[in-house]
Amino acid sequence: MAHNNMAHNDVIKTRLANGMQVVLKESRVAPVASFWIFYRVGSRNENSGATGISHWVEHMLFKGTDNFPRGQFDKAVARAGGIFNGMTSQDWTTYFETFPSDRIELALQVESDRMANATFDVEETESERTVILSEREGAENNYFWLLHEEVQAAAFQAHSYHHPTIGWKGDLRSLTRDDLYRHYRTYYTPNNAVAVAVGDFDAQEMLTRIDRYFGALPAGPEVPPVRLSEPEQKAQRRILLRGEDSTGYAMLVFHAPQATHEDFFALVVLDSVLGGAKGMGLFGDGGNNRSNRLYRALVDTELAVAVASSFQPTLDPSLFSFYITLAPGGDHQAVEDAVWQEIRKIQEDGVRPQELEKAIKQTKAQFVYSSESVTFQAYWLGFSEIVASIEWFDNWLEQLTAVTSADVQRAARRYFQPHLQTAGWYAPQGPQSE
Amino acid sequence: MTSAQTKRSVPGPEDITRVVLDNGMVVLVRENHAAPVVVVEGLLPTGSVHDPAGKTGLAGFVASMLMRGSERYSFDEFNEIIEGVGANLSVSASDHTTDFGATSLAEDFSTMVEVLADTLRRPLFPAEHMARVRSQKLVRIQEREQDTQQVANLRFYETIYGDHPYGRPTSGYAETVSAIQREDLLAFHAGHYAPQGAVIVVTGDVSTEAAIELIRAQFEDWRADAAGSAAVQQVAPAKADGVNRLFYPLPGKYQSDIVIGCPAVARSHPDYYAVRVANTVLGRFGMMGRLGEKIREEQGLAYYAFSSQDANLAAGVWLASAGVSPENVDVAVESILSEFARLGEEAPSDEELSDSQAFMTGVLPLTLETNEGVANTLLNMEWYGLGLDYIERYNDLIYGVSPADVQRVAATYLRSGRYTAVVAGPPNAG
Repeated sequence: MAHNNMAHNDVIKTRLANGMQVVLKESRVAPVASFWIFYRVGSRNENSGATGISHWVEHMLFKGTDNFPRGQFDKAVARAGGIFNGMTSQDWTTYFETFPSDRIELALQVESDRMANATFDVEETESERTVILSEREGAENNYFWLLHEEVQAAAFQAHSYHHPTIGWKGDLRSLTRDDLYRHYRTYYTPNNAVAVAVGDFDAQEMLTRIDRYFGALPAGPEVPPVRLSEPEQKAQRRILLRGEDSTGYAMLVFHAPQATHEDFFALVVLDSVLGGAKGMGLFGDGGNNRSNRLYRALVDTELAVAVASSFQPTLDPSLFSFYITLAPGGDHQAVEDAVWQEIRKIQEDGVRPQELEKAIKQTKAQFVYSSESVTFQAYWLGFSEIVASIEWFDNWLEQLTAVTSADVQRAARRYFQPHLQTAGWYAPQGPQSE
Repeated sequence: MTSAQTKRSVPGPEDITRVVLDNGMVVLVRENHAAPVVVVEGLLPTGSVHDPAGKTGLAGFVASMLMRGSERYSFDEFNEIIEGVGANLSVSASDHTTDFGATSLAEDFSTMVEVLADTLRRPLFPAEHMARVRSQKLVRIQEREQDTQQVANLRFYETIYGDHPYGRPTSGYAETVSAIQREDLLAFHAGHYAPQGAVIVVTGDVSTEAAIELIRAQFEDWRADAAGSAAVQQVAPAKADGVNRLFYPLPGKYQSDIVIGCPAVARSHPDYYAVRVANTVLGRFGMMGRLGEKIREEQGLAYYAFSSQDANLAAGVWLASAGVSPENVDVAVESILSEFARLGEEAPSDEELSDSQAFMTGVLPLTLETNEGVANTLLNMEWYGLGLDYIERYNDLIYGVSPADVQRVAATYLRSGRYTAVVAGPPNAG
């Protein structure tokens, strides 16, 4: 009964003549439809000196084309009862519109237009520079965010996951209009894009329409490959950030494999057992999360007021992370020791059958909840195709169900080792601090 | 998939069932068999407006403690039952209401109703959980006081509402949350948790009869009396008059956050829909209306700039928010105030107004896509007495607002001589 509604024998996956991938799924539950374009570009594709360029290009795609000058795109979408947004991650940049289904063609029109015709006006570029600096400074107001940036940068020395997606401030001050435009022209091509539509439409008819809007766009050259690989970490790394705010935070991150790796699903189970089930919403929103091992070990014992683990599917090997908000007067070392104690328990004894069953039941429920939203479904299909494949997503539940306690134990032993960790502490300026 | 499901109409009198239980609790059910999910959303008519003096945050503390142990479910049992089936169940306090909700697979719906009933009706407030919940709340309050956006927002409400309950945060203050004792929790629950005026909405894959029967079984014998819950609700706020400009320095910060706004109207006020449409023009439409166009797109000052209407049982506020670099605070404040003034000085063009109206009405199918969206909409309809035909009337309510109405409400409420502007940011930005 709780089958995986978001999968998928009913998903159509095809490619236009110019190389653009198309993923379609009919969902006749409500009279709505969602259209997404994913580009295979993000901060992963950025070099030192030009960090933040993918995110800035994303902003520039809201600044107008000849057909939809600045302000006209968003007005046209809103007037038609639609919602829209753009997002940039390490591995991808995406744009979506969700509409009442009879208006969905407008999404095809605006996205095909700005794939090829964004103007990158010089003045608009300058005006957006201060907007993005403001976005970055708003984030910098938060010490948890600053600590995360430091830890991420320390964990990756060679690979571009070192850079924050929003970019380093110096690069945001020095990038030029021509840098941005070149990046756009390099990566915003049909052959580097995945279009996804989910909703109340006829799939064949939708494919015809997508071909009408996108089929005539010329294919671009092959995009530059990312050849970076992170060397194996040989020494534990530690960050101590001090500041004005009183609340203490701790982070522990470990190098962990990419979405397509054989250990991926064992680590998904490990994440669920240690830190609780994750929602499949756009931003991974979960719900109640107080029966997991870390909550019991850190929050029930009053060492911390919140704890979370995080393991995201990525294109290249990334991180398995632990985030802790300390209790008043909290002790960072005690918190770190408590996390390690929970890790060691799994390394020594594996996990219980009931914990595996729970992870599966929770995942099934999340799939069913997500099936209610065409926007969430399209997002999952699109980013799955970027970091792995639709088939990988189709088999999610099957792969999860195949994970054994021994698999989880083996993964915990392999990836959680002291010399593979980067630890970050945020603590208020104390009288004893330098 | 049948065509009936594809073409299903918006929720209305013909497919919403409304029942009032003997004890005054209202039950609304709308079936939707598209996915094996059931969503419950509900409210009890008590919240932080009932916090006693010196105990701000009590309603919120009570709500947090409900999930820490009740007669039939200890904290651990509660967590295992809810999380073991991948469900979500939460209770939290707001100004006038204590809101609860549960999302589960259809097969677990009856369990959700049983757990909800036990947590709302028979909480035990275990003493050992009090310290833990208190320390969690104190850290969240500490984080709030370190967050420029939240500080600007909270200081705005405190200033504009003065002693009115809307001027106090539901989460409380460090001193007041520290002062709350277990007896306070017990007294608040005994005095304010009651079925009269409570609402439970069920949407999803369940039969109407089964849902009502289950709720009757779990709630109809509830006979608690909420003495004194009603009185506070309609008290009009003491309006902050004149101009208030306040600055709250927070060391270690990079950006300043601004909140500027004016007293406006209650949800039931005849101007409510005109303000709502005017607010869409001012700070919501497209890339956040005129404010977004001016401050973000033209001036390049801010990552975010938008406006909000906050309308509840007592008179509400109409406010704008923006985050800017400290050296741009004055320019941004002046830009916001000049947009306030412009909206009151000249009526928007027919085109600009109809754009906003088209968005507000056209986006409705998106709002009603999921069971959660439908449940929230039904809960609001019941709480504000909008009637079961509200969604059918909604287009007329929005299109009934004229350009002159927009200008009039902007001139009436966004007055240049009567606003409160709060900035929180780096100390040197004052």
